[in-house]
Amino acid sequence: MKYAFYPGCVSRGAAPELYDATVEVCSRLGIELEYDSMSGASCTGAGILQEKNLKLGDTLNARTFALAEKTGLPLMTICSTCQGVMSQANDRLKSDPEYLAEINKSLADEGLEYKGTADPRHLLWVLIEDVGIEKVKSLVVKPMTGFKAAPFYGCYIVRPSSALGFEENPDRQDSLEQVIEAVGAEVVDFPGKTLCCGFPIVMINEKNAVKMVANHTTDAKDLGADAMVTPCPLCHLNLDGYQPQAASMAKRPIDLPILHLPQMLGLAMGINPKDMRLNGHMVSTKKMLTKVAVSP
Amino acid sequence: MEVTLSVKRFDPDSDQHSSYNQDYVVEMEESATVLDGLIKVREEVDGTLALRCSCRSAICGSCAMRVNGQARLACNTKLVDIVDSGKVVVEPAGNMEVVKDLVVDFSPFWDKVRDVKPWLDPEGPDPDPDQEYLASNEAMLDLAGVMACIMCGACVSDCTVLEVDPNFLGPAALAKAYRFVADPRDSDDEPRLSDLNEYGGMWDCTRCMQCVEVCPKGVDPMGRIMSLRDKAMATGYTSTYGARHSMAFTNGVRQEGRVDELSLPVLSKGVFNIVEQIKMIPLGIRAQLAGKRPPILPHKNPGQENVRRIFNRLDKHDNSPDRLEIPTAIIGLASPVVLTFVAIIAFLILQFYWNSESVSGLKPDAYQSGSVEPFTRFSYFHNCFWFYCDPETSGSELVVNSNAEAER
Repeated sequence: MKYAFYPGCVSRGAAPELYDATVEVCSRLGIELEYDSMSGASCTGAGILQEKNLKLGDTLNARTFALAEKTGLPLMTICSTCQGVMSQANDRLKSDPEYLAEINKSLADEGLEYKGTADPRHLLWVLIEDVGIEKVKSLVVKPMTGFKAAPFYGCYIVRPSSALGFEENPDRQDSLEQVIEAVGAEVVDFPGKTLCCGFPIVMINEKNAVKMVANHTTDAKDLGADAMVTPCPLCHLNLDGYQPQAASMAKRPIDLPILHLPQMLGLAMGINPKDMRLNGHMVSTKKMLTKVAVSP
Repeated sequence: MEVTLSVKRFDPDSDQHSSYNQDYVVEMEESATVLDGLIKVREEVDGTLALRCSCRSAICGSCAMRVNGQARLACNTKLVDIVDSGKVVVEPAGNMEVVKDLVVDFSPFWDKVRDVKPWLDPEGPDPDPDQEYLASNEAMLDLAGVMACIMCGACVSDCTVLEVDPNFLGPAALAKAYRFVADPRDSDDEPRLSDLNEYGGMWDCTRCMQCVEVCPKGVDPMGRIMSLRDKAMATGYTSTYGARHSMAFTNGVRQEGRVDELSLPVLSKGVFNIVEQIKMIPLGIRAQLAGKRPPILPHKNPGQENVRRIFNRLDKHDNSPDRLEIPTAIIGLASPVVLTFVAIIAFLILQFYWNSESVSGLKPDAYQSGSVEPFTRFSYFHNCFWFYCDPETSGSELVVNSNAEAER
């Protein structure tokens, strides 16, 4: 299995541990990552660029899709936000040939053309659809028995459902729970799992963003979660980085580690936590690692 | 088809002050909706169940409630589509106070709609009595999408911002505001955008898409909020954190092809906003200690030339502040350093004036009029600085010392 790899900005910036963990876990899963041909791809626009200029955003994403098409490989991402923005762009491009032709005019300068065959998919979906949950289970060497993980999807991998192929692939809707169960951990179901983490407004209205962090982390904690697991690095940044503020807002300690999806997989596969930079979180993962019987 | 409706009940007049779930088992036709089920319960099983409904045809917007955790119109949700192991959970709409059972208080909803002045203020002189105000087809087609709103409150029920901040105008009122801002016949765009630019307005939306997902009429409230932001920035309202964030982000992608996480917060808060920049220091230190260190200068994107070409082609009217083409990373990184330096200088100058006023006969005016030699001024400044470097020196000594210097 080989994929054109689109890691997104954050895994190469403020959340480098996600990149490292992905590389480690993919090698165990037998997933080959083609990065070089994709290194010239740009940011998806994250929905912000789309506010001002939807066509510009769609063109940048069409360029990424064209680069992936050129490799002849399926496109894989590791960020819920990238996934959503790409899926929405792809939906618009594929459903309107005239629009696609118009967008392709801007790509012609560098000899690219998007033919409309790309199908960007998050590692989370690849695990369910290509690798298969049984294979994931077979690679677990340290079952996380007794470990309670709260899933946190990130908005763009669940909404708008019309652009995310939920009808053809209904498994996507509870994919994170399936992976948590596959590694032997227990799912902590809580109401906030598909809600907003607050990251998009943390620079704009910090109080509201921190309140969201406080609500989700305390809810999960109260239900007994040992950690939260997310396929979205932006959710990780907010839920992890702003947890101290959330704790002082909620007037109670929280201490809920926020794991990236591949970090949880890697722990169950017996990968050394340091190789996945589990020490690179703002909320310490030490206590949690003792619980899964891995020395921190 | 046997269905269990698990309904969240609440009666303010009962002794039981908290809400509770009550299960009703009813036999329903395959074609029945959630509303059909609830009406059957009310009419045949439990007459005390309170709910709001009217047209039963998804037109009046009365019966929005949470069904299996998501806001929907009860009248256009078929039981057969959502019945999960024979059970359907029905709760009142969220983010609004429950009056009784499934009935919620819509007053704050209507207050917010009124706040956005939901009426047309036409531009120009009145047309002839037998004529109408004219608007283009294209504009009206766009507006028709928003005018499809039936004010059911589903978007408000599931809005993630309203959950933490009741002051937020919310998706329904903001979509209604867009309806008038985008109307070519309306003349009040600027004051409208100015109001919506305030705290609790368009910039507080998190773009979480809940409203897009639950709207039964495809109004796309979030998309309208995004359009309002675009219009506000184009009109020149560019000094909010939201507008700065949006422009800095776009600029970063234009220049580096990707997000620059170091400069983005600085540029969003404003390069001269020293207070907010200081507030960010603890987070910065925590991130550094954890090893979350984005590269000081962003990675060079090998495709950047082509990304830039696309920007030049499609973003010609960009009003972002980098027309001098100074990389955002440099502005973002230089600003905290420069601001810290400016703060130290300002602090020292203030000290200089405060202390000089404590010396009789040596007012700041004296310096300005040139009656005191520049050298004296330098010495005084030097003493101030020395004072703050040397914890042994007391304030009174400084005054005496500087006074003596001045006399010399």
